[in-house]
Amino acid sequence: MTELPLSRSLAASPRSSLARTAKLAFVRIGVLPVLLIIALVCFTAMSGNFLSTRNLMNVARQSSYLTIVSLGQMLALIAGGIDLSVGTTLAVTSVVSALAMVAALNAFPDMIWLAIVAGMVSGLLVGSIIGLINGAGVALLGVNPFMMTLGMTSVGFGIALYLTSGVPVYGMPEAFGAVLGFGTIATVPIPIYVTLLLVVLMYVLLNWTRLGRYIYAVGGNMKAARLSGINSRSTLLATYLMCSGLTTIAGLMLTARLSTGEANIGASMPLESIAACVIGGVGLSGGIGRVGGVVLGALFIGLVQNGMNLARIDSYLQMVVIGTILVVAVIADRLRTRFLAELHS
Amino acid sequence: MSIKVFDQTGPVSGQYRPETDALLSLSGVTKQYPGVLALADFDFDLRAGEVHVLFGENGAGKSTMISMIAGASRPSAGEIRLRGELVDFRSVQLARRAGVRAVFQEFSLVPELTVEENIFLGQEASRGPFLDKAELRQRARAILDHLGFDLKNDQPVAYLSRADQQMVEIAKAFVDDIAVLILDEPTASLTEKETDRLFALVDAAKKNGTGVIYITHRMAEIKRLGDRVTVLRDGRKIATLDAQDISEERLIELMTGRVIEQVFPNIGFAPAALMLEIENLTLAGGVVRDASIQVRAGEVVGIAGLVGCGKGEIGRAAFGLERVRAGRIRFKGRDTTGHSPSAMLKDGMFYLPSDRRNEGLVMARGGRENIALSSLDDNAFTRFGFLKRSAEAKITQKLAQDVELRPMDLERSVDQFSGGNQQKIVIAKALARKIDFFIFDEPTVGVDVGTRVAIYALIRDLCEAGAGILLISSDLPEILHLSHRAYVMYRGTIRSEIAQADLSQENLLSHFFERDAS
Repeated sequence: MTELPLSRSLAASPRSSLARTAKLAFVRIGVLPVLLIIALVCFTAMSGNFLSTRNLMNVARQSSYLTIVSLGQMLALIAGGIDLSVGTTLAVTSVVSALAMVAALNAFPDMIWLAIVAGMVSGLLVGSIIGLINGAGVALLGVNPFMMTLGMTSVGFGIALYLTSGVPVYGMPEAFGAVLGFGTIATVPIPIYVTLLLVVLMYVLLNWTRLGRYIYAVGGNMKAARLSGINSRSTLLATYLMCSGLTTIAGLMLTARLSTGEANIGASMPLESIAACVIGGVGLSGGIGRVGGVVLGALFIGLVQNGMNLARIDSYLQMVVIGTILVVAVIADRLRTRFLAELHS
Repeated sequence: MSIKVFDQTGPVSGQYRPETDALLSLSGVTKQYPGVLALADFDFDLRAGEVHVLFGENGAGKSTMISMIAGASRPSAGEIRLRGELVDFRSVQLARRAGVRAVFQEFSLVPELTVEENIFLGQEASRGPFLDKAELRQRARAILDHLGFDLKNDQPVAYLSRADQQMVEIAKAFVDDIAVLILDEPTASLTEKETDRLFALVDAAKKNGTGVIYITHRMAEIKRLGDRVTVLRDGRKIATLDAQDISEERLIELMTGRVIEQVFPNIGFAPAALMLEIENLTLAGGVVRDASIQVRAGEVVGIAGLVGCGKGEIGRAAFGLERVRAGRIRFKGRDTTGHSPSAMLKDGMFYLPSDRRNEGLVMARGGRENIALSSLDDNAFTRFGFLKRSAEAKITQKLAQDVELRPMDLERSVDQFSGGNQQKIVIAKALARKIDFFIFDEPTVGVDVGTRVAIYALIRDLCEAGAGILLISSDLPEILHLSHRAYVMYRGTIRSEIAQADLSQENLLSHFFERDAS
């Protein structure tokens, strides 16, 4: 073999060196830090309370539900798919767990914890069934993930509305909301602990286990994965199952927080979770994405929403802002890919 | 100094004299990517009516150079002149309008569109706001007939073979008057007949005064077509030579910067137990019919044949990638017909696909992950489903060093490596687990000479260490020099089996084509 030098650089011309440094920095760190700094500066200027410990803790708690759902969404995206049904998975979980809890409480009025466990288990079960159906459609029948999960969105939402006749389910045990929704340990809300635990689990899964590696491989190149002896079907099935599992956990905690079972609670989740992933550097064509980026992406969205609330920005306008951020992030990501290609080609 | 931007077809400068001046010239052209100098102070000229061959290893700068001429990227410094006029092609579209056409290796076809739609993509004839479909059809037919390509113009490109797609790609370049034609390894997936046809076209283009830039690794093509050869190495021009009086050894020496005594190694022959035994194999779809082959441990068995004769499918079938309609596949004495690739891997068989971008590698991930990918069920890499990351890093690093990966960076995504180095990663992947039977499917397609020599040496080492090797190749010299025994396939059937003593080009070729019924 000939010895090829790894890389050589010419002395950069002074005129373009600043632009090049900026480009390199952008390629290395991505768009998220820039957006975060802009948001922090803006909202701090707009509201004095924004940077207080109490408010930041509040942001962390409010973002925990989106963070968990985004972790699931990230799995689907890395595996080369997408899960549009996270919103209805959340809704179905909420409705079913609330109904089960109320029913169990009516049957055994003294056994509050039995009712809570029964509700949570049935919520988890139903949510996972949605994931199983998604997974079966995508992995076994080869249905396009977009269509599969879009279809399930309607199915799930319909079921949730049918079960409740569109009316929120009340009457859950107070202990449920007190612990999972409002409980704290050492002044830190319980949802934050749960989120941290799941973040660590996902990090380990994706970086330190065989299954994690297989998810990247199947999403990056399904054929190459098959030729490498990987069972792409079971990998995809596991991916969608885990995605819905995570969403279900978020659904249970959100139900506890609201103390009602509602069919409408997840409506903004598909958009927001995909946005968090994309802003966090997850590739839309599969095979690329990191847990850290997604967590920051979800936190960023939470931060923006909180900041806008403090600044009393109309909630309809907030939708405009979130949508704009998503599109800007995608554009920035395209630019970054182009610079990256220029760097290496 | 005014730079001409081709926002419209520019008038030809009065000073240009086609008899003496270069049609296209590059002077001091440099392409700098942050941290990487892809092309350095490059001078080049192309005369009207000549075929100028670019010769160099993968990553030497050939692709960078033609991408700038074709308008796909712009130089960091230096100037490009067409007919004496300074040009600045800001897009492929502008370069095309100026008469520069490129046929790249990576196909620029839309699979869902038909042949004719692809040919005129971006330059559709229209009548007012509407497409003039009749006109398009007629012109597409005329171009295909002129080129002598046997293609249906209303067939979607997705259903065409790779060779046919290549022909559409070529047809696209021949749409109207061409000043400069760039062909990047155009014969890689063409059959003999199509290749002859293409050569005739290049000859015709030369006569019309077109300058042709031709990239190839094949000596025969340089001899057949070339007027001059420019050799590149590490982004620099090494020499420009007359194509007719240069030897292959000299070219390779210039390209690699050292003397390669022998491209093909001698492989020791010590056949042992029968490993792979395929009996009367017929595949669903009939790509392979009633084929039987045998491969022992310690021998290299070649399968030769034209593109599309089914030789690749035999290898794929052995690895469990094709649906078997009839026949038996036995591996190490056990019937493995219908087994999955993962089962075959566990049994010690590895298939190196011919299409490494689509089947060999996960392009967005790094070398480490790719090399380890097929071995993650091995205890060396995982325990209870958890990765042993430090062991993985150590093993893959060692393997990458063994195959001499350049650059030696296992975290960089593999789509940023040259073709030859991507192939090295695929090979390292095969070496990552205990494998004693290798199926190489076109192992040296799109691979430079240096890497080719390394791959051949590796095949020798594996074989002499007692592995069984099935070598499937369209490259005749490869089959001739490496195999201990070879099969020739023709239209899905095994035509003959030839022992090493009888292996000769004539002998092999005589089985390649239709025999006269006598």
